[in-house]
Amino acid sequence: MMMKYTEDHEWLRVEGDLVVVGITEHAATQLGDVVFVELPEPETVVATGDEVVVIESVKAASDILAPIDGEIVEVNEKLSDKPGLVNDDATGEAWFFKMKIDDMSVLDQFMSEDEYNELIG
Amino acid sequence: MAELKRTGLYDLHVELGAKMVPFAGYEMPVQYPMGVMKEHLHCRAHAGLFDVGHMGQVILRPKAGMDALVAGLEAMMPVAVQGLPEGRQRYGLFTNSTGGIIDDLMFANRGDHLFVVVNAGRKDGDIAHMKKMLAAVAEVKEVTDRGLVALQGPEAEDALSALVPAARDMRFMDVMSADTVFGELWVSRSGYTGEDGFEISVPDVDGFARALLATEGVEPIGLGARDSLRLEAGLCLYGHDMNDMITPVEANLSWAIPKPRRSGGEREGGFPGADVILAQLAKRPEKLRVGLLPETRAPMREGVILFAAAEGGDAMGYVTSGGFGPSVETPIAMGYVPPMLSTVGTQLWGEVRGKRLPVTVAALPFRPSTYKR
Repeated sequence: MMMKYTEDHEWLRVEGDLVVVGITEHAATQLGDVVFVELPEPETVVATGDEVVVIESVKAASDILAPIDGEIVEVNEKLSDKPGLVNDDATGEAWFFKMKIDDMSVLDQFMSEDEYNELIG
Repeated sequence: MAELKRTGLYDLHVELGAKMVPFAGYEMPVQYPMGVMKEHLHCRAHAGLFDVGHMGQVILRPKAGMDALVAGLEAMMPVAVQGLPEGRQRYGLFTNSTGGIIDDLMFANRGDHLFVVVNAGRKDGDIAHMKKMLAAVAEVKEVTDRGLVALQGPEAEDALSALVPAARDMRFMDVMSADTVFGELWVSRSGYTGEDGFEISVPDVDGFARALLATEGVEPIGLGARDSLRLEAGLCLYGHDMNDMITPVEANLSWAIPKPRRSGGEREGGFPGADVILAQLAKRPEKLRVGLLPETRAPMREGVILFAAAEGGDAMGYVTSGGFGPSVETPIAMGYVPPMLSTVGTQLWGEVRGKRLPVTVAALPFRPSTYKR
């Protein structure tokens, strides 16, 4: 399964014709205990850099930006009731949203796991 | 920016894996590897050790007798310094000429002198203020050769009494000295978490902290959890819930102003801003600090504007501290509203990221305190 990583510490995973987006364990650790996640409405068309998710940790609020252009087709409602999943299983159960995009090749611009691990040292 | 100062526990914090941040001119631990949420819950369930060595420890030694010193300090605050027995501590507030709070503090009667603990961010100003106001009656001396730690939580008594057996017999706001291998401790039964516990001034703070941390149940707690603990306890943080534009009455700290200092009392007024503060006690002030319970899971943090209607309209108040309360398991906040909106249960709306979300005025503290009275 292909995982790509952004410099904003998001991971992107291709699932059929959709791209699943979450944040990395490194990011979750930096944020601290997550107590609230505000998700976008499904069927929202977003552009790269749009603020799509708000994460509130015990420390502060942070925005998650859309990593690519596309349409958000599904959001992970589980996070509304259990925001702590972001800390417990950042790369698994705690995905934020699934996007439909026109051209999967835009993912090539992002980092591989090895490159990302190098970034966070 | 001036170089950050370090407390006597800096090396220990680093050794324990703390994340260090600048705070009030000091490099302080905001959290340890356990994390803010678990540190908070640990302190409530067991015992937490806090480095508060950045705070100002000040000795006021009388120049012309204790009575003159006591009267001098009382002239700086709307609280009672007279009548404080030896071995006891009280909460105080320095006020300015318009009744605003310059700082909040603890002061203790230690027999032949008074011992004062003030906020880190205010200590230089406080010390200058005391030197000026108490010039004739006291020698004002900052204590710089001691650390200060707080040990808080239900297991604090067991942990401290293993080193200082007499600590067990102290009541809330008692103070005492104790000789130990770490030097002479100055212990008070107090703190700022809503838990039973102690604040301890100690010469060998590193050795003392290590001895406490070796005790079962004691974990180091950072500033992050210190903030959520004090917020759940409904306690004000200087620079956020109180400042020099906010009076003790507005800050809902009127309980600290005893009858003798109020209108008609035997020592009425006679402190900076007395006209403003006594008038506010007689007739409600324009704003009051209240507890706030956001009704959604979205925390309302400092700066959130409060409205009386979901549609908005005029801003009616603002949040001064807010976040998530790990023990109450819900977002909590404190802020200022007009008295007519200050009744517990009043429905308000707070604007978070462009949306007005429901929030209810709530009783403080959010979690009952467990002081050993």
